[in-house]
Amino acid sequence: MKHTISVLLQNKPGVLSRVTGLFSGRGFNIESLSVAETLEASISCLTLVTRGDEAIIEQITKQLHKLIDVIKVSDISDSEYVEREMVLIRVKAEAQSRAEVLRVIDIFRGKVVDVSPRSYTVEVTGSASKVQAIIDILKPIGIQEIVRTGTIAMARASKK
Amino acid sequence: MEKISGSQAIIRCLQEEGVKIIFGFPGGAVIDLYDALMDSDLINVLVRHEQGAVHAADGLARVTGEVGVALLTSGPGATNGVTAIATAYMDSIPMVILTGQVPTALIGNDAFQEVDIVGITRPCTKHNYLVKDAKDLVSTLREAFHIARTGRPGPVLVDLPKDVVAKMVDFPEKKPIRMQNYQPTYEPHPGQIEKACKKIIKAKNPVLYVGGGVILANAHEELTELARKLNIPVTMTLMGLGGFPGSDPLSMGMLGMHGSYTANMAVAHSDLLIAVGARFDDRVTGRLDAFAPHATIIHIDVDPTSISKNVKVDIPIVADCKYALTAINNWFNTASDFNREQVAASHEPWLATIDEWTKKHPMCYIDEGEIIKPQYVIEKLDELTHGDAIITTEVGQNQMWAAQFYKFNKPRQWATSGGLGTMGYGLPAAIGAKMAFPDKTVIDVAGDGSIQMNIQELATAKQYKCPVKVAILNNNYLGMVRQWQELFYNKRYAGTVMEVTPDFVLLAQAYGAVGLRATKKSEVEAVIKEALATDNTVIMDFAIAREECVFPMVPAGKATTEMLLV
Ligand SMILES: Cc1ncc(C[n+]2csc(CCOP(=O)(O)OP(=O)(O)O)c2C)c(N)n1
Ligand SMILES: [Mg+2]
Repeated sequence: MKHTISVLLQNKPGVLSRVTGLFSGRGFNIESLSVAETLEASISCLTLVTRGDEAIIEQITKQLHKLIDVIKVSDISDSEYVEREMVLIRVKAEAQSRAEVLRVIDIFRGKVVDVSPRSYTVEVTGSASKVQAIIDILKPIGIQEIVRTGTIAMARASKK
Repeated sequence: MEKISGSQAIIRCLQEEGVKIIFGFPGGAVIDLYDALMDSDLINVLVRHEQGAVHAADGLARVTGEVGVALLTSGPGATNGVTAIATAYMDSIPMVILTGQVPTALIGNDAFQEVDIVGITRPCTKHNYLVKDAKDLVSTLREAFHIARTGRPGPVLVDLPKDVVAKMVDFPEKKPIRMQNYQPTYEPHPGQIEKACKKIIKAKNPVLYVGGGVILANAHEELTELARKLNIPVTMTLMGLGGFPGSDPLSMGMLGMHGSYTANMAVAHSDLLIAVGARFDDRVTGRLDAFAPHATIIHIDVDPTSISKNVKVDIPIVADCKYALTAINNWFNTASDFNREQVAASHEPWLATIDEWTKKHPMCYIDEGEIIKPQYVIEKLDELTHGDAIITTEVGQNQMWAAQFYKFNKPRQWATSGGLGTMGYGLPAAIGAKMAFPDKTVIDVAGDGSIQMNIQELATAKQYKCPVKVAILNNNYLGMVRQWQELFYNKRYAGTVMEVTPDFVLLAQAYGAVGLRATKKSEVEAVIKEALATDNTVIMDFAIAREECVFPMVPAGKATTEMLLV
């Protein structure tokens, strides 16, 4: 099962390698990882997507928590949450395909952020599956390069 | 505020933490620290190899319960310490390792004797630090000691660049340490305690499975109280030996790969397994699905990651073993709807079954006249030291025989590398233990292979008038590996025959120590007596039955009931 885990940690040198070292050392897998400062510059937030059965996920969250520099670990896929990923795609866009590419981008509510005579660079955000979907559709037209951010996620606010 | 140098501040921190002895080896990056040490009252033990320094600090920590401290120089000094740091990490030993580092301006430049020791030791320390700014020095050291000794203890490394240590710093007063991100759980959840106690009352075949956590938490008295109050048989892991008196009728001895027949059978037939400060290591469980298959499992551990890591636990109790056992004992002392005598008596049939197992297959060996059996040597050591010595070990058969045949009645008289199984541990650890308790007899039970891994520490023992005794069970083999080859590899002794071994008697003499040898059973007692009476470091070289095996043995990956017996 896929789990999205959110980790608050001290924003200090070497902390990220403690996290990644834990995953490689214990044979846990990381599907994606993204990290940046929070409102407080001394604390970073790391969003990590991983897979495993219940026992493995339990170990992952406990082991993360055991790291001294980790402040808080939450498996946000336990509750309602929103997740987003962003992708930049440089797709071939020549005379005969330019309109077609624009149509696809429109359907996915993407944006063209750079144009050249033979390509568009497109920005799309959405869930990991939406991002995957546009990649799959543009592939036959000719993708020259892509960069994905990895998932970030947040638990939904209480509705009460 | 008066300023002092970084190295003076470090020494003040050590004194503040109650450190009396440190073990180390100097080099360019730590000359400042050594210089400052000269003016302090700390005993500074110069070892002969950095691995020895860290093992010695580890030995001291295991027998005293205090934080052991080692001081190593940068680069090769630090890397030489890594095996010993990993040894302490696997066995959760509280230690602070100080390493010198090249000046901050040179870090990352492949400077002379630079190594990223913080990176290298990240997976084998509880935590580690590189102090880049002198103003963090004092707070970092205080935090390091705090982390090393609290929660599940472990080694903490602090890397100290040369320029940082040379700077002048403030030395603020020590305040209680509070870390937002590190707060171990000590108190058990009362609901879990009640659940556990109710299960214990109902159990017909309960077993207490005791690990090193009981010793680390100084919880042996509480454990003994529980076992005796309710008449529950006890088995211990290699790390747990001494956590419950080995000569108590309720003790079944060690369990696992080389555990007693009784202990392994009892676990396999138990309906309730109470694991206290143990971590279900593969050497204990054997084939996982056959481990305690009928038992409800209660697991007390201060480290939540230990719980349900290998074996699914029914009643987890995250707490310090001492707090949890106290809570359990209190519950039994105050609960009204329960009759202690009745519960204790209800275990009699179970204890009778256990007695049967012991009668059928006691811990034993075959006597062969004048041939020296290693088990006999350990029995004699036990007898002639009245079971009161501190025993350290090397690794291999020697270690297992010591664990099986010495009766450990008290905690902290046993120091062995359990988790990592580090050959070369025993001699430096013995030195650390002896430095801490000069009046106690300290014996390293050694193999002829392992002892050569840190033999240079004989010079340390000699220099510091530290009369440890080394009992080499000399089979002229890397015996434990040979045993596996005999049993599972068609007796193909690849790489386990040591064709050249030094004459250990002469070798002892070369270091100014005393060398004694026994080649016949009838000589064993006299050699041990002489060694114990000698006020010098002594090597006893026992020429033992060369191809003796350690039994019982659960072959790796088999169920613990599938034991090979004597
Ligand atoms: C540093 C290290 N290297 C290798 C091993 C693997 N090993 C485990 S026991 C053993 C044999 C030890 O021989 P010896 O010290 O003579 O002890 P014996 O088993 O003969 O009593 C070896 C090589 C180890 N545990 N540690
Ligand atoms: Mg040997």
